Amino acid sequence: MRAAELNGDARPVGGPIFTAGFNALLAIVGACGLVIVWRLFRGLGAVSAMNDGYPWGIWIAYDVVSGTALACGGYAVALLCYVLNKGQYHSLVRPAVLTSALGYSLAGFAVLLDLGRYWNIWKAPFLLNWNRNSILLEVALCISAYTVVLWIEISPAFIERWRDSTSPLLRGIAERLTPFLNRTLLWFMALGILLPTMHHSSLGALMLIGVSKLHQLWFTPLLPLMFVVSCIAMGYAVVVFEATVSARLFKRPHEHKMLTSLSGVMVGVLTTLVGMRLVDLISRQRIGLAFTPDRYALFFWLEMAAFITPAILLAPKDWRRDPGIQFLSALMMMVAGTLYRFDVFLVGFNPGPQFSYFPSAFETLVTLGLIAVEVAAYLAIVKRFPILSGAPVAAGPPGLVSGLRAAS
Amino acid sequence: MLAPVSFDSPASQSRRDFVRLCTLAAAAVGLGPLAAERFLEAAARGAKPSVIWLQFQECTGCTESLLRTTHPAVDDLILDLISLDYHETLFAAAGHQAEAALKQAMKANAGKYVCVVEGAIPTKENGIYCMIGGRTAIEIINDVAGQAGAVIAIGSCASWGGVPSADPNPTGAVGAHEILKGKTVVNIPGCPANPYNFLGTVLQYATFGTLPALDAQNRPKFAYGQTVHEHCSRRAHFDAGRFAEKYGDEGHRNGYCLYKLGCKGPVTHASCSVQHFSEVVGAWPIGIGHPCVGCTEQKIAFRVPMHTTVEIERPAPPDTYPAVQPPESHISPLATGVAGAVLGALAGAGYVASRKLSTTDDLIPTPSAGAKDDRHVDQ
Repeated sequence: MRAAELNGDARPVGGPIFTAGFNALLAIVGACGLVIVWRLFRGLGAVSAMNDGYPWGIWIAYDVVSGTALACGGYAVALLCYVLNKGQYHSLVRPAVLTSALGYSLAGFAVLLDLGRYWNIWKAPFLLNWNRNSILLEVALCISAYTVVLWIEISPAFIERWRDSTSPLLRGIAERLTPFLNRTLLWFMALGILLPTMHHSSLGALMLIGVSKLHQLWFTPLLPLMFVVSCIAMGYAVVVFEATVSARLFKRPHEHKMLTSLSGVMVGVLTTLVGMRLVDLISRQRIGLAFTPDRYALFFWLEMAAFITPAILLAPKDWRRDPGIQFLSALMMMVAGTLYRFDVFLVGFNPGPQFSYFPSAFETLVTLGLIAVEVAAYLAIVKRFPILSGAPVAAGPPGLVSGLRAAS
Repeated sequence: MLAPVSFDSPASQSRRDFVRLCTLAAAAVGLGPLAAERFLEAAARGAKPSVIWLQFQECTGCTESLLRTTHPAVDDLILDLISLDYHETLFAAAGHQAEAALKQAMKANAGKYVCVVEGAIPTKENGIYCMIGGRTAIEIINDVAGQAGAVIAIGSCASWGGVPSADPNPTGAVGAHEILKGKTVVNIPGCPANPYNFLGTVLQYATFGTLPALDAQNRPKFAYGQTVHEHCSRRAHFDAGRFAEKYGDEGHRNGYCLYKLGCKGPVTHASCSVQHFSEVVGAWPIGIGHPCVGCTEQKIAFRVPMHTTVEIERPAPPDTYPAVQPPESHISPLATGVAGAVLGALAGAGYVASRKLSTTDDLIPTPSAGAKDDRHVDQ
C-alpha cells in the first residue's frame, strides 16, 4: 500500500488557528502548565491527593488508562479497515489515527508527571535497568512503541503537506521519507494493531495482582480481555464523536452512512462486553454483590447502565440513523469505558482501612489541561494538514453548528 | 453464696457483697461502674425486673450455659438482680401451678416484664408441633410477648429457627421475630448463646430501661459488631499462613489456624473470641481445636457444611498502613466542587449537543452517501 493512497481525498481545513475557542483552550493549558511546574519542583504531595494507600490517582486512571483507551480510535478503525478488510471506512482512518497519536503522546507525558522521581527516567531505555517480571514494563514499552508507530502512521499527512512547502528543509525530509514509508507503512500498520492489543490487555492484567484489594465485582481473571473489548468499544465511540463534531465544526460532509454502520458494530461489541461481564459474575458466583446496597454496587450499575443504554439506543435501525442518538450513544460509551477503568483502578480498589482518595483540584486541572492540549493540537493540525476528507460545503445551515463554528 | 440481702444497714457485710456482685455483673457485661450503682438503687427500691422465660423447640442448651456463669452466678441473678417469674427448667412448680404463676406474673407486671424466648416456633399445621398447657407456641408467644416491655430471643433457634429450621424444616420452624411482626425482638443468636451477651442486654434494660444498639439482624452491636476472626486467638497463625490441614496433624496440635478445616470465623459475627464461655479461659470451640461452625449466622449454621471453607474478602493484612494522622486523607470542598463542575459541564454539553443533532437536522450529507434513507439532507 502506498502512503499517498492511504487517504487520497484528505485536505487541510484552513482558516485561522487562533480563534476564541482555541485561545480559551490555551488559557486552560497555561493554568495546567503552572501546576505541572509546581509539581515538578515541589513533588507530588504538593499538588495531588495521592497517598501511600492510593499511589495512583486520576492521572493514571484517566490520563493513562482511560486516555489510551479513548485514543483507540486508530486501533478500532484499523481493525475494521485492515483486518476485516472493510475498505469503505478509509476516510475515517486519518482523523482517528491523529486523535490516537495525540492521546498516546499525552498519556506518555502524564506517566512522566506521575513518576515520583521523574529525573531517573533517562535510565528507562537501557535493557539492564528493566524489571522483566513487571507487567508495567510491558505497558510502558508498548505505549512508547505504539506512540512512535502512530506518528509514523499519520506521517503521510505531514509529508503530503511538506512536499509543497517553501522550506527546502521540510521538502527534503518529505522527499527522503516518502520511499521509506511506501516500503514500510504496511508493517507499521500491522504493529499498530498488535501493540494496542498487547498493552490494553496488560493494563487490565496490571490489576490481576490486586486480588484482595480489588472488589470482587471487578476482579476477574478476564480483566485483560475486558480491557481489550471495552477499549475497542471506546475507540469506535471516539471515531463517531470526532467525525460528528468535525463535520459540524468545519462544515465537512457528514459521513452519515459510515457512522450508521459503525454504530451497528458498536451494538455487537457492547453486547459482547456486557454478556461477558454478566456471565463472568454469574459463573464466579459474585453477582450477589451487585445487589448489596453499597457504593460498589452503585458504581457497578452506573457502569452497566452506561454500557447497556447505547446498545439499546443503537439496536433499532431507525434510531441508529439519527445522528443525535449516534452522538449520545458514542458519548455514553466513552463514559462507560472510562467509568469501568475508574472502577477498576480507583472505586473498586481498597488498599486497606482509613485510606481514601479524591482527586485534588490541581489534579483535575492538570487532567483538564491535557485534554485541552489534545483538542487544541487536533484543531491546529486539521486546519494545516490533510487529515479530514472531502471539500468544505459552502453554505452551512443555522443551528448548533453556527455557534460552534464561531467559537472555532 | 450470698446471704439474704438487707439494705437497712449500708455498712453490713451483705450489702458489701451485693455491691461486689453488682460491680462484677456490670463489668462482666461491659456496662461500667455507673450501672453497678443503678443496679444497687433498683434493688434497694425492690424494683427488680420481672422476667418470663418461654421455651419452645429447643434443647435447653442456652439455659444450661446460663446456669454455668459465675460472674454473676445465675442464682444471684435470678434471686437478686432480676425476678425470674416463669422458667420451665428452673421451676419447682409444675402443671396448673406453673400456668397460674405465668398468668399472675403477666398480670402483675403487664407492659413492664421482659419476655425471653428460647427455641424456635413451629408454624406448620397451625403450630401443633409444640404445645404447652393445651396452647400452641404461636398462641403462647403472641399472648406473653404481646404484653411484654421487651422481648429477647436467646439462641439461634429463637433468633431465626436454628437447628429445627434446618432443611427440610419439617415443622416450619421460625424465629420469634417472624411471629411477633412489628415488635422489636432483640436476637442473641448462638448455639448456645454466650450468656454474657444475654446478661448484658437484660441488665441494661433492667437498669436504664433501654435496649442496646442493634445491627441489621437485631443483634446487639456490642457483642455481634465484629467477626470471630477479628480477635481470634489463632489469628496470628492465619496471618502467617500456618494452618491445621487435618485433625490431629502437626499444625492442629501446635494450635495453628483452623480455616482450612472449615472454620467460619471470618464471616461469623460474635464475641466468642473475646468472651469465652463459663469464665474458663479457652472454653470456646476454636479454643478447644474445633473450627467455628458459624452458629450465630442464619446463612451459615446448619446450612453450609461444617468443613466447607468460606470465602474471605481480604485474606491478607494490608501491606501499607496509613500514618497515625494521615495528612492526605481529607477531601476538600474545592476539589469536589471542581470535579463536580467539570463532570456537570461535560454531561450537560453532551446532552444538549445530542439533542440539537437530533432536532435541527442540519447535517451536510456526504456527496457519495448511498441510499436515500441514509441521507440527512438539509431542509
